[in-house]
Amino acid sequence: MSARTARVLPGFSLSLGVTLLFVSLILLLPMTSLIGQLSTLSWSQYWAAITDPRLIASYKVTLLAALAASLFNALFGLLMAWVLARYTFPGKRILDALMDLPFALPTAVAGITLATLYSRNGAMGSLLEPLGIEVAYTWLGIALAMAFTSVPFVVRTVQPVLEDLPGQADEAALTLGASNLYAFRRVILPHIWPAVVTGTGLSFARSLGEFGAVIFIAGNMPYRTEVVSLMMATRLEEYDYAGAAAIASLVMLVSLLLLLAINLWQGRFYRRLHGGRH
Amino acid sequence: MSITVSDVSRRFGSTTALHPLSLEIKKGEMVGLLGPSGSGKTTLLRIIAGLEAPDSGSIHFGDRDVTRVHVRKRRVGFVFQHYALFRHMSVFENVAFGLRARPAGERPSNADIRDRVQHLLERVRLDELSKRLPAQLSGGQQQRVALARALAVEPEVLLLDEPFGALDARVRLELRRWLRHLHEEFGFTSVFVTHDQEEALELSDRVVVMSNGRIEQIDTPQALYRAPANRFVFSFLGETNRFGGDHQNGRLQQGEAWIAMARSDIAPNEVLLRPHELMLTTAPDERAHLPVRVDAVSPVGSDVRVELTADWMDTPWLASITHHDFDRLQPQRGDRFYVVPSRWHQFAPEMA
Amino acid sequence: MKRIGDGAATRIGLIALAVILTTLFLVIPLAGIFYQAFAEGMAPFWQNLTSTFTREAIGLTLLIALLTVPVNLIFGIFLAWLVTRFAFPGRRILQTLIDIPFAVSPVVAGLLYLLLYGRTGWLGSLLSEQDVQLMFSWPGMVLVTVFVTCPFVARELIPLMQAQGSAEEEAGVTLGAGGWTLFRRITLPNIRWALVYGVILTNARAIGEFGAVSVVSGSIRGETINLPLQVELLYQDYNTVGAFTSAALLAALAIVTLMIKAVLEWHTHRREKTA
Repeated sequence: MSARTARVLPGFSLSLGVTLLFVSLILLLPMTSLIGQLSTLSWSQYWAAITDPRLIASYKVTLLAALAASLFNALFGLLMAWVLARYTFPGKRILDALMDLPFALPTAVAGITLATLYSRNGAMGSLLEPLGIEVAYTWLGIALAMAFTSVPFVVRTVQPVLEDLPGQADEAALTLGASNLYAFRRVILPHIWPAVVTGTGLSFARSLGEFGAVIFIAGNMPYRTEVVSLMMATRLEEYDYAGAAAIASLVMLVSLLLLLAINLWQGRFYRRLHGGRH
Repeated sequence: MSITVSDVSRRFGSTTALHPLSLEIKKGEMVGLLGPSGSGKTTLLRIIAGLEAPDSGSIHFGDRDVTRVHVRKRRVGFVFQHYALFRHMSVFENVAFGLRARPAGERPSNADIRDRVQHLLERVRLDELSKRLPAQLSGGQQQRVALARALAVEPEVLLLDEPFGALDARVRLELRRWLRHLHEEFGFTSVFVTHDQEEALELSDRVVVMSNGRIEQIDTPQALYRAPANRFVFSFLGETNRFGGDHQNGRLQQGEAWIAMARSDIAPNEVLLRPHELMLTTAPDERAHLPVRVDAVSPVGSDVRVELTADWMDTPWLASITHHDFDRLQPQRGDRFYVVPSRWHQFAPEMA
Repeated sequence: MKRIGDGAATRIGLIALAVILTTLFLVIPLAGIFYQAFAEGMAPFWQNLTSTFTREAIGLTLLIALLTVPVNLIFGIFLAWLVTRFAFPGRRILQTLIDIPFAVSPVVAGLLYLLLYGRTGWLGSLLSEQDVQLMFSWPGMVLVTVFVTCPFVARELIPLMQAQGSAEEEAGVTLGAGGWTLFRRITLPNIRWALVYGVILTNARAIGEFGAVSVVSGSIRGETINLPLQVELLYQDYNTVGAFTSAALLAALAIVTLMIKAVLEWHTHRREKTA
């Protein structure tokens, strides 16, 4: 489309204007204050703010739990996507709808529910305790809450790809004498694994930032079960705005890099499947 | 309404879709833009419509300069490649859209709209289906709705982008004839884009052959086929057999094979031959010595197509012989014959 | 047709595993919410539900959703139209910018607004001279909710509008349609289900947002407590039945959301089949 003459479809100026206004007011303006707040810190102060030992412990807990949660979701999501895309059975609609529950349910609700269920005298916790498994107030509980809130990512990225896979690919593999497992590994998996990676990446990104669902089950014990989001909230409650801003800058950087990586990965995958167009 | 395209060019990023080109289309004429994909034919059509803006040059409809006129005001009928029917509207509403979209002062009354749409639907033989949604129609029917929709606004210029590309061969043939009738009846100026040379030659008053953003030739179908301007046009308009060799003693020679001919300065080392210009014989004569072996025979259609191979060819040849000759010679796979050309063509080599 | 994994043993085994895991992981917690809410019978549930604080929390929650959804609906439509119908420099950057709220922790979202509009923020100090305070009040909660939920409508519309292409709109223009006619008669009917879906998602998140809102709310009873904050507050006060009463209300809304979504999907599926 050429800028020299009027664009064919109407509304360019109007939609550009509305969008830029909104983006500036809602997204960019608040960022300016973060930069302003950070500029009050010297480099050494900034470094000290983001390398506080208690904070470093929270980085570790958050990363570990998010990793465990997203790996669990990769497997669980793959199973669910497969079952929902390939089989018909009574109750499938309900199962399908349930997959979106974690997005529809407020995180605080998920948080108190999981905390209650998995506490030592909760329905699940009392079953697990004799086995020596403690969930509430451990990193395992944090991982559980993170996994719960990010369930839909892998399911909903893999499911449509599986549904689009033509049946002939299966038939071709089977007529060539492949076993089920071999055919899955060689024919299906190469097709869907970019989607699995994308979904797992999104699940990981979401888990890193999860707050509402985590804080209830975590117990929030310093050095042991505090997540990064909680550390920011704590700094704010202490009116240490600069400290909170320092952590936030790091968190945003990591999230954006992750998002960028996922987008690039998705773009590459898309190009490969659609022959360079787009 | 005549269309004048003057020095129009267009680039997309770093690729040149159209080199500056000019074209004159007479009132009431039907012109086909023919070329392979990437030749710029669709870009040219979209520029005429106003869906794309040229980087330079101008477009005139009659005396009116429409270069800066928005597509909404150009009053062209445009039939899109995949029809672009409004999928949520009935056939009737699709056709009525252009009339209903007019500003309040110019809009016909509802009764008028109903009459006009009804008349058009009868004209394209779809009046029975007026309540259907596009998805419930066959490809040929969708195509006719797209046409009726474009005609409803009474355009003086009708533009069609690959109008029959998505249809199967039989429907395509039928719709072609029908479009030709419609064109003559309504008397508008039509421009269509196609990559199918048969379609272009059958439908058009004149054909514009394009490649790589340039016009290669503009001519009537007959003139185009008889006297192609260059090698590209010749090979694009039909199947081509190539004989390459060196000149020796009044012969173009390649190994044991030769054709007797005077040396040509335009293309000293190559001649091109159409399949129907090849005769199969059991013995060579003084005009040519071209020993061949039959590779495949398909006696389908009005001619028999015979695929030929030989060591001296770079790609297999195709001969089309009459059923009469087929009965006389009885060629079978593996049989050996000689080819005698009745005619050949020489062109300057294409610039890469 | 024969397909991989169609054998009875594989099939039944995988379905059973899926059902068991989903039950453990999703159904039991969902049931747990209602179980806890009614743990002490109907009367305490009812009492909690009709208490002044709950009523006020419901009111605030609805107010936030009511203001957030239209803003983001309009923005989402304009953004989707812009990035799918025009090529212009910076289009990619714009699309990435819009994903920021989706990617960052809700606490960061709250913090950004607190830093800007709080007493120490440059805009906040300007506003407080005019006696306007946005933080620790409901307008601030609306602002962060708009931030957090702004990608949802656009994220539903963009892939759909990209896949549909602009051929129908171009056809409309060649037939003489103006901008509003084009949008109302061609674009809107084609995107309406995605639009409804985007609104549902925006609404669900606006009602349930906790992290971002908790940062800017200041937890003033009867003023800046919405339902999710009420859940937290009562839970911290060891009022389990109270917390789960509000939680059950939110969970019921979530179930309604899921049902609307299922119906919408069934709708689009059927349309695709006839197409």
